[in-house]
Amino acid sequence: MRRKQHIAAYVFVLPFVVVFLSMLVVPLAYSGYLSLFQVRLVGGQVFSGLANYAQAATDPAFLQGLVRMAVFLLVQTPIMLGLALFFALALDSSRARGAGVLRLLFFVPYAVPAVVATLMWGYLYGRDFGPIDQVVTAVGLPAPELLAPGRILGSMMNIVTWEFVGYNMIIMYAALRSVPTELYEAAELDGASQWRIAWNIKIPSISSAIMLTVVFSVIGIFQLFNEPSLLKSVAPNAISSSYTPNYYAYNLAFVNQDVNYAAAIAFTLGFVIMVLSYAVQLRTTRRREVTS
Amino acid sequence: MSTENLPSSPSRSAAPGRRDLLRWGAGGAAALSLPALLTACGAGSDDPAGGGEASATPVSASEREAALSATSTLTVWDWVSGVEKQTALFEQKYPNITVNLENVGNGAPHYAKVRTAAKAGSGGADVVQMEYQFINSFVVTGSLLDLAPLGGSELSSMYPEWVWQQVSRDARVYGIPGDQGPMGILYRDDLFQSAGVGQLATWNDFTTAASAVRAGGGYITNLPPNNPGELMGLFWQAGAKPFTYDGGKTVGVDLVNDTTSQVISYWQDLIDQDLVSVDPDFTDAWYQGLASGKYASWLTAAWGPTFLQGYAGSTAGSWRATGLPQWSAGQEVNGNWGGSSFAVMKTSKNPIAAFELAKFLNSDPTSVRVASDELFLYPTLQSVLEDPAFLDQPAAFYGGQTVNRTFADLSKTVDTDFDWLPYIDYAYTNFNDTLGKVISEKGELADGLQQWQEALVSYGEKQGFTIR
Repeated sequence: MRRKQHIAAYVFVLPFVVVFLSMLVVPLAYSGYLSLFQVRLVGGQVFSGLANYAQAATDPAFLQGLVRMAVFLLVQTPIMLGLALFFALALDSSRARGAGVLRLLFFVPYAVPAVVATLMWGYLYGRDFGPIDQVVTAVGLPAPELLAPGRILGSMMNIVTWEFVGYNMIIMYAALRSVPTELYEAAELDGASQWRIAWNIKIPSISSAIMLTVVFSVIGIFQLFNEPSLLKSVAPNAISSSYTPNYYAYNLAFVNQDVNYAAAIAFTLGFVIMVLSYAVQLRTTRRREVTS
Repeated sequence: MSTENLPSSPSRSAAPGRRDLLRWGAGGAAALSLPALLTACGAGSDDPAGGGEASATPVSASEREAALSATSTLTVWDWVSGVEKQTALFEQKYPNITVNLENVGNGAPHYAKVRTAAKAGSGGADVVQMEYQFINSFVVTGSLLDLAPLGGSELSSMYPEWVWQQVSRDARVYGIPGDQGPMGILYRDDLFQSAGVGQLATWNDFTTAASAVRAGGGYITNLPPNNPGELMGLFWQAGAKPFTYDGGKTVGVDLVNDTTSQVISYWQDLIDQDLVSVDPDFTDAWYQGLASGKYASWLTAAWGPTFLQGYAGSTAGSWRATGLPQWSAGQEVNGNWGGSSFAVMKTSKNPIAAFELAKFLNSDPTSVRVASDELFLYPTLQSVLEDPAFLDQPAAFYGGQTVNRTFADLSKTVDTDFDWLPYIDYAYTNFNDTLGKVISEKGELADGLQQWQEALVSYGEKQGFTIR
């Protein structure tokens, strides 16, 4: 009987394991293997050990991309998560009328494919033809040049914020719904204001959900790809081929034909993301231990 | 070219596809140009006739006969809409051959797929569209079939000498030329007249004209920072030879020299005085600039006249075409921007028929006329370039000027000897990060040129080339 159950369990997980191995583990191992070689247009393939990784560690194009994404993370994530938290609390307080409709409205941008969203914002930002530019110049102010090299990072942060506020809000909102309401009632009886309830009860109780959104943001931001690759067509000189690490890996592989170095860059990037996500999680667990 | 080709209607339908193409910097010019694709698959011998190895023996008439009469299918990768009209002519002539036309992307994506298929050794097309500047990058990987033993070398006299140089190396032939892009200027006659601009015989005249046009509020032209194609054409005109390739392991990168510095410092001066704009080309803002008169002229190529009609329809009749200004008075030299050929992949199972298709598309007079009249590609076939029916068509968009003749004359002055790097994709992408970036920031162009040079040298070394 027990043996039968075991067999059934293996049969059930088999499809997943097959797909997982063939679509994830094998390609990953293969690109790890590739990253240890160098292929030259002249001379062919040679084993180069960790030379590609050594190059990545000192490649200014890659490092600048990482720094750019770190800036992105430090500036954009607090804004996006702050807004998401604010909206989630507002919806949860049931003071906002038509909460159902609002929830949907906030969430809609996430349902818009990132490609469509970026194309749309690219048009809105556009110089001479974009509505933002036209309105600003119509009232006599200088054109904002939202696609200029110095501003495009901010413009991109705005797109990402727009896309993901709703998504993060839903995670936080769902966590808020599972907080026992007795706590609020007790606090209200004690005369606590709504702000105080939010600050002292609601936010601490959903801290693990908030940390989850932070981890998602770290991973998402370091993998930015759609936004730079699509905005490049409207702002070709503001976005370099190594603007984000992920976009750099793509260009290395498909434009430079340097699959091996691209694999090394991808692995290094994965490692950086792993370290950062782990650091974020470590901090939260430690804090939780302290408070409990 | 018959009268249907009059400018009023034509290019709109053809333009959008090209526009996508053009977006990609390198492709810009080429995109329009298109010609090359054909394919082959059908019948024949398995011996690919050598893509460079000396062993190839000429194909006999009976082998050719067999390949063309056997039932077969040839696959062509091309992104120009309307090429099916040309391939249909081939199918009519050789009813046993079916031509499968596929569009696998414009510009960069197209080449990425061609490269992948070449590497995989199967699944690719028999005949592919190949812009001139990309040929070396497929020669270095041994992906292109040498067409000389198939009869390719006999075609050399049918095309202008400089065009033939673009598709051949020594005795080897890597493509059948289809269209070309000798450079010229398209300008707004009304804006030039109101600014009092006269003849643009030399680049000095052009500077004077630039100040006059700027006084009226617009720019005489735009120097795109995202697309090296135009600048390469200007280098070409000035007589620079920035790239060399020996067909093997040796390349030369000579971007910083007296000739290129002359060109660069000329544009530096115009940029510093705010006499030219530096907007990316083939973008929405740029199209609008052409239509609105922000740019009074466009330094473009032979494919430009038809292309422009699709985007600046409201200004029809006020445009004119002329050649580039010269570096010294009395000279008559020109450069090229764009143009493409049809190449045959070494992986083709039916190389003989594939070659015949490539050849037919770009040398059969009816097929070439379809391309020039209906697809708006500026032809390379000498007999068409000498045909009054093509040359003397008045173009209403250009105030009745016979622009075909203008560019046919300009084609004759293109410097014959201009080579490309075997890693041109990298060179064109890297332009955006180096010289192009500096242009868009209106910085020191000479520094940007130096950075570009260094990047190309170090990439070449890393790829195992000997840099000369």
